[in-house]
Amino acid sequence: MRRKSSVVAYLEALPLAAVFLGFFVSPIALVVAVSFFRYETYQILIPGFTLDNFREVFSEAVTYRTYMITLKFCAIVWAITSVLGFLIAYFLAFQLRSRTSQTVLLLICSIPFWTSVVIRMIAWIPLLGRNGLVNRMLLGVGAVEEPQEWLLYSQFAVILGYIHLYTLMMIVPIFNSMMRIDRSLIEAATDAGASTFQVLQTIVLPLSKTGIAIGSIFVIAMVMGDFVTADVLGGGQVASVGKQIATQLSYLQFPPAAANAMILLLAVIVMIALLVRVVDIRREL
Amino acid sequence: MRQRTGTSRRRFLRGTAATTGVAFGAGAFAGFPFVRAAEAVTLRIAGTGVNQFKELADKCKADLGFTVQYTSLVSDDVVKRAVTQPSSFDLLDSEYWMLKKIVPSGNLRGIDATKIKNYDKIVPIFTKGELPNGKKVAMQGIAPIKVAYLTGEKSKDFSSEPSQWMTVIPTVYNADTLGIRPDLINRPIESWAELLNPEFKGKSSILNIPSIGIMDAAMVCEAKGLVSYGDKGNMTTVEIDKTIAVMTEVKKAGQFRAFWKEFNESVNLMASGEVVIQSMWSPAVTKVRQMGIACVYQPLKEGYRAWAAGLGVPTHLQGPTLDAAYEFINWYLSGWAGAFLNRQGYYTAVLDTAKQYMSADEWDFWMEGKPAKGAILSPTGEKIESAGAVRDGGSFWDRMGRVSVWNTVMDEDRYMVRKWNEFIAA
Repeated sequence: MRRKSSVVAYLEALPLAAVFLGFFVSPIALVVAVSFFRYETYQILIPGFTLDNFREVFSEAVTYRTYMITLKFCAIVWAITSVLGFLIAYFLAFQLRSRTSQTVLLLICSIPFWTSVVIRMIAWIPLLGRNGLVNRMLLGVGAVEEPQEWLLYSQFAVILGYIHLYTLMMIVPIFNSMMRIDRSLIEAATDAGASTFQVLQTIVLPLSKTGIAIGSIFVIAMVMGDFVTADVLGGGQVASVGKQIATQLSYLQFPPAAANAMILLLAVIVMIALLVRVVDIRREL
Repeated sequence: MRQRTGTSRRRFLRGTAATTGVAFGAGAFAGFPFVRAAEAVTLRIAGTGVNQFKELADKCKADLGFTVQYTSLVSDDVVKRAVTQPSSFDLLDSEYWMLKKIVPSGNLRGIDATKIKNYDKIVPIFTKGELPNGKKVAMQGIAPIKVAYLTGEKSKDFSSEPSQWMTVIPTVYNADTLGIRPDLINRPIESWAELLNPEFKGKSSILNIPSIGIMDAAMVCEAKGLVSYGDKGNMTTVEIDKTIAVMTEVKKAGQFRAFWKEFNESVNLMASGEVVIQSMWSPAVTKVRQMGIACVYQPLKEGYRAWAAGLGVPTHLQGPTLDAAYEFINWYLSGWAGAFLNRQGYYTAVLDTAKQYMSADEWDFWMEGKPAKGAILSPTGEKIESAGAVRDGGSFWDRMGRVSVWNTVMDEDRYMVRKWNEFIAA
């Protein structure tokens, strides 16, 4: 009887395992395999085993520079989106009383995702461009003498673009954990004479840790892999790891692209592993 | 959602192409029993979209009864598709440089020149490597003649001499140069070297498609006398290093406003005035002008960078579909399509037949470089030039005769792409 039920359990797990195997494990395994292949311009994949692709990646200064830039973006964007995300989520969760207004405002936060990459790209020019709104305003109030060119097609623009896009990734999970916080805890703290800041520090922040961790995973994974934003807002002049891989792919250089992808994957896994070490997401969910 | 933005020079044509596909799909479905009875032929054409127009498909349907389905891809994906999924199309609309990567896969069949009615009238750039006046065209880069013929119908080798078997039948080609904003520059621009002129610091742009960008960079470096090349279209690693070194230095000094990769990006950069001089493609210049903004496709003394595209037949075609492919190609060269493409600002392979379908004024404007007598209309009927206008660069022979290098894929492709990535990251 007991035996039978364990077979049933395995059967029940089978569909998910199959999907997982077919659509996650085998593609990754393929990429791993390809990263050791050789290739020539006119023959895309030559099965074999060579470490040349990895050697090439590690021996070039550009790799380290690109990773440094990408990691820098990651750190800045993570810091800003977590503060912003926390504050916005706090406002949504605790300052608003009605469910409707919470839903409506949360929806408004998702507006950046309603448009396509191309539209977003075009939309930044009238705002940040040489003759854009920001520059005209700065010139108008006499804050600057000449149009500021670093506003667009710069690292600043890329970071702004990331924040614009990915703050929502922080807001939603943090909002979610905040909504689970037992309101009586806060009432008790206030009754005991805690200030708003103390409530925030000793109750809301620790209990939102899971949300912050999940949001961080989203933001880090997105920024590490996003090459479209970097390309578009950096005016193609700002490097990113994802873009390097994309360029190699478009030149049919699959093995080095696969090697690069493996390294990127490892980097992201390490970052997320560290994060999970700090916050035990499973336990707190 | 996070789709890669494309690299096709003719992205704006996409809309039309996509609509066509849908329209034809729907049409074929609605008229299914009929079509079936008449043994209708459907030709699936995959390519960059440079000559994918609904009007062409409509006309083909009317003239031949064939249904044309377009698949529009960015150039890199055309190569990928041709090499990895040749059975997904019946005709490949490929650029000549791509052939160097596609032909070794054995996925293209030699096209029998004896079955091409207007073969003798094809512009000799493609069949002899020379202009009709006998002058040799530039051989730097992948000049079409280098990859125009195969040694046999099923061959994977290019023939150095014209043979009976062509790789592709040329459809459109053009000569590319820099686009400028004359209203913001206010002085004549005559050389590729101007792209790096400190006067345009923070206001110039180059395209970020390594294989084409590197050649625009080479045109500039050569014009400035900073690097000399054996063959710009097939650089040595030393030449690549030198070129990238020059470009990296000016990039760090802030010469470039942005790099663009996609047709619409170049239009926006130019129209918004963020950039006043940049690598550009002909239809992008037209589009900026249609917005009422001054933009010139500036002829330069060092010459043009040219490209050419053609229709290739995959090996899997047989019987009626193969016959239909030949019929389609013959129709393509018979004039109506050529006239249509000439009006787009490109050039067609057989000029004599196209001329019959163009008005004298149109022919003089597009091909002879003479001032327009009346308004010049686009193929779709929008006014693009007023009476008195002259085409940038002048006549066909002035433009195609001054080509300096052809679009290419280099032997040191792998090295070049790596170096280009370093340049972008610098």
